[in-house]
Amino acid sequence: MIDVAVQKRLGDFSLDAQFAAPGGITAIFGRSGSGKTSLINVVAGLLRPDAGHVRIDGTDLTQVPVRRRRIGYVFQDARLFPHLSVAQNLAYGGTHDRDAVIDMLGLGALLDRRPAKLSGGETSRVALGRALMSNPQLLLMDEPLAALDTPRKAEVMGYLERLRDRSQVPILYVSHDMSEVARLSRTLVIMDAGRVVRAGPVAEVLSDPQAVPLVGVRDAGAVLTGRVQAFDADDDLTQVALSSATLTLPGRLGALGAQVRLRVPAQDVILSTQAPIGISALNVLTCRIATLIEGQGPGVAVSLTCGTDRLLARITRRSARAMGLRVGQEVHAILKATAIAAADVGTGDAP
Amino acid sequence: MTLGLDPATWGAVLLSLRIAAVATLCSLPLAIAVAWLLARKQFWGRGLLNGLVHLPLVLPPVVTGYLLLILFGTQGPIGGWLRDTLGVTLAFRWTGAALAAAIMAFPLVVRAIRLGFEAVDPGLEDAAATLGASRTRIFATVTLPLIGPAVLAGAVLGFAKALGEFGATITFVAAIPGQTQTIPTAIYGLLQVPGSDGAVAVLVTISIVLALGTLALAEALSRRMQRRIRG
Repeated sequence: MIDVAVQKRLGDFSLDAQFAAPGGITAIFGRSGSGKTSLINVVAGLLRPDAGHVRIDGTDLTQVPVRRRRIGYVFQDARLFPHLSVAQNLAYGGTHDRDAVIDMLGLGALLDRRPAKLSGGETSRVALGRALMSNPQLLLMDEPLAALDTPRKAEVMGYLERLRDRSQVPILYVSHDMSEVARLSRTLVIMDAGRVVRAGPVAEVLSDPQAVPLVGVRDAGAVLTGRVQAFDADDDLTQVALSSATLTLPGRLGALGAQVRLRVPAQDVILSTQAPIGISALNVLTCRIATLIEGQGPGVAVSLTCGTDRLLARITRRSARAMGLRVGQEVHAILKATAIAAADVGTGDAP
Repeated sequence: MTLGLDPATWGAVLLSLRIAAVATLCSLPLAIAVAWLLARKQFWGRGLLNGLVHLPLVLPPVVTGYLLLILFGTQGPIGGWLRDTLGVTLAFRWTGAALAAAIMAFPLVVRAIRLGFEAVDPGLEDAAATLGASRTRIFATVTLPLIGPAVLAGAVLGFAKALGEFGATITFVAAIPGQTQTIPTAIYGLLQVPGSDGAVAVLVTISIVLALGTLALAEALSRRMQRRIRG
């Protein structure tokens, strides 16, 4: 259990953030300049708060110096020691679970190299391995994928999912990329202008139409959990079973029978009051409207219950009026299979 | 082995090398400490320390030599104390020449090392702290290796400056052949005597060879260090 409540003035900016998170990955999401990095720097002890506390499992760390906190930090720019080999970098903070870490992150072939000779993805993995081998009680990760190109991102993301599923170490994961957040995290903390504006289980926050303005209209979208049911090799499609329906998604996703997480962007969900016929979309879910929230702009956020799954749709106010949408009504949600990008599909249990 | 030089010339060369080496090596730890203070710390008197370090660079060397004589002469407050308690005399000794050379070279050495400290990403030191390293360990295993090339550059600059120091040296320790006479003071002495052009040419040649040799050695060492750091 991580319990943070801190205040810090930094010039014109003021950080006044509090949240509590259980184990697993807690994503700290927000625009750049919202104070995410300052917040985890306070947690790490690199920034001294003006007031407040940082507690892990009931132990107050606020007065504990950085080096005694046992908090691993994977910096955005990795910060590997340039004059030391990969092996020396890894061992700098200790050799806890050395072989398991090297195996999990695929570092075996890199040990004799210098940081300057590593690719971006390798650098990220070594930085992660170094933090893990120091045997931390909490891991901080500051946008570890931000500096990587798309193929490298996918590579490191796979390692992060393995880490999440194998390691007991709780993680605070700073990101401004919603697809990373949706794939990895269990808890979501949304920051804006130095404050925590929303915190809670990721599926709950992301399916809440009230949170749409906080997440951002473009990034809003529910996270679904399903099970891989079948592959269609001829058409290169994967069938994923949800609680009330089966989705057909492009490409081969996960292993047969495996749990997968899907992020469905709210703006890619089309609503229909009648069962649609003769359309190209493969995925139609029958849902009931749970809430309708009108925002500041022309949009309406519609929260849907489909079996036990929750979906979020964003449509225009005019459409909502013309269709006569109301709470409790049965509607059909149409998902374009290709709208669920590969980056939005991850492995792992229900968030 | 005197390389065919007459004993007086050979003596001046050896003494110059010894003075420059002692001056450089003894002042290096202090220079690293002062450079670290100036690069990394905000404290009361920082400007004063900075000014004091740079003073020998802007004062006429003969003034520095005179001040050394006042302070470190056998009758001076520091010199007297050194003689009474440790039995050490600096004025008119080679050790005094080393002190004068060290002080004159100090601003150059500090400047070079300070640039090195400023080029080290403090983020690497933060990273070491999150990995559990103490301040001492961070300094020894991260900061010091990374400023290695700057320390080397400072040491070379200091060594070259110490080899060539003239004004403060001749004022503080004079130019006693075999005791305090260095290459520059020997050249100056020979120039006062008509018909010593040959001896002067020898010393001038040695000066040039030493200077070029020092630079070449420094360049080679620096390349090796950079390779070690950059990988």
